[in-house]
Amino acid sequence: MKAAVDVRQISKSFKGLQALKEATLEVRPSEIFGLVGPDGAGKTTLFRILVSLLLPDGGSATILGHDTQKDYKMIRRITGYMPGRFSLYHDLTVSENLSFFASIFGTTVRENYHLIRDIYGPLEPFAHRQAGKLSGGMKQKLALSCALIHNPSLLVLDEPTTGVDAVSRKEFWEMLAVRRAEGITILVSTPYMDEAALCDRVALIQNGRIMGIDHPDGLVKAFPWPLYAVASEMMYPLPGHLKEFHLTRSAYRFGDRIHLALREDDPESVESFLRSKGHTKISLSSCKPGIEDCFMELMVNGQH
Amino acid sequence: MDSIEQVIRARDLTKRFDSFTANDRLSFDVYRGEIFGFLGANGAGKTTAIRILCGLSKPTSGEVSVAGYDVYHQTEQIKEHIGYMSQRFSLYEDLTVGENFRFYAGIYGLPVRTIRPRMDEMLRSLGIGHLKGQLIASLPLGWKQKLAFSVAVFHKPSIVFLDEPTGGVDPITRRQFWELIYEAARGGITVFVTTHYMDEAEYCDRVSIMVDGRIETIGPPAFLKEKHQAASMEQVFLKLARKRQNEREPQ
Repeated sequence: MKAAVDVRQISKSFKGLQALKEATLEVRPSEIFGLVGPDGAGKTTLFRILVSLLLPDGGSATILGHDTQKDYKMIRRITGYMPGRFSLYHDLTVSENLSFFASIFGTTVRENYHLIRDIYGPLEPFAHRQAGKLSGGMKQKLALSCALIHNPSLLVLDEPTTGVDAVSRKEFWEMLAVRRAEGITILVSTPYMDEAALCDRVALIQNGRIMGIDHPDGLVKAFPWPLYAVASEMMYPLPGHLKEFHLTRSAYRFGDRIHLALREDDPESVESFLRSKGHTKISLSSCKPGIEDCFMELMVNGQH
Repeated sequence: MDSIEQVIRARDLTKRFDSFTANDRLSFDVYRGEIFGFLGANGAGKTTAIRILCGLSKPTSGEVSVAGYDVYHQTEQIKEHIGYMSQRFSLYEDLTVGENFRFYAGIYGLPVRTIRPRMDEMLRSLGIGHLKGQLIASLPLGWKQKLAFSVAVFHKPSIVFLDEPTGGVDPITRRQFWELIYEAARGGITVFVTTHYMDEAEYCDRVSIMVDGRIETIGPPAFLKEKHQAASMEQVFLKLARKRQNEREPQ
């Protein structure tokens, strides 16, 4: 299958700081591809290069076969871009913003309303409110509507759910799943590791370097160590004690448990070690790693 | 008994903006040395309540005290006895690490002779004594956040308010940040924290969840999971917050 987005060896530096180091990835048509990593990882830089707002120092990229540098006019026509910062006009109303974006792409709201009906619908009662006076969740819906109104083939969403509460995040991802089912390709970045599970494929990125690309399940299966969820009645010192144990690869807090990765699968000796440290009511059960476990392992380990 | 000393005492805290009730009769206590998670969807009224608890805004009605001071008449004393840090409020980028400490310590009226040894001790325990002369702008985000936290507790406040302190950092740095929070709490500083990461809600001693201006539920995470028959705090949150009316518009 031909790639919807093809990124080859893209590098970019800003004043000596290397933001991207030979990033390579492919996004397939009609998939949700997630770029997952913390602030400063290089996500925004890569997106700005893809949507033709920034030139790379090296490497090349195409969207649906169009080169992001040579064919930049075409790139802008076929992509819908939602930047990380709210980029609509604060002093225009909700409906004025939408009409504006439709008209600069040579279309009308009426012509493409079917593309945004379910997203824009809840905003209709506020159509005459200034965009700057909307709540966070509504701004996000309006920005997505504006990015979709010209019927793009590729949607590029830079951290659409950052700073948004758990409920609105869930709703946003449900909206993305609908768009994908309609055939649009979605490239989305997020600092929330748990959102990786909602993508068809993900790239984990840190310090400008792509550490791994796979299906979420594939990334999880590649986690190289036996993993346990540990708890005791003394949760505060537990990670510190576990790190002292000689077979411990890593010990991180995960909600009300500690995730313990072992170099050798020997849970009995962990328990006796913890008892020697004074822990009681020790609970130790095998557990499945999540994307966050994988991300931290890759951060410490480099690539598998 | 020290352990049950109330650092925050709120009874029927209510705040109205015209006809809009942002905080509707909030009643809760926060005890000395505990880590209190203050959760709620966007627009549920968290920021309004935090502004009142920090002495920046007055309630419409209700009895509220912070660190023993009344939020109607003793806001200056409150400001002296609290620390504050948010994801957006950070340090001065064009000052060095040491200059930021001296600046904030000066604002809180710390004597010059105590600033330097305390700063050196703090930087040493963070393992970054060598960064004292570096500009904040040159540091990675994770370090900025750890330093911003250290500055917020530098004057040894009774309580520190952390407003989404870990947004956007990598998962390892996020966990290191929580170790700092635990340490501060063990040192007797009460921690009042908001977050969108539901696994972090599990790290708190107690959690409250606001929905539409009210505290819908409050208690230790294990208790809330049992009460609301949920496997995780994320599920508890989704169950409660989904009850909200569609979109609410603050102010």
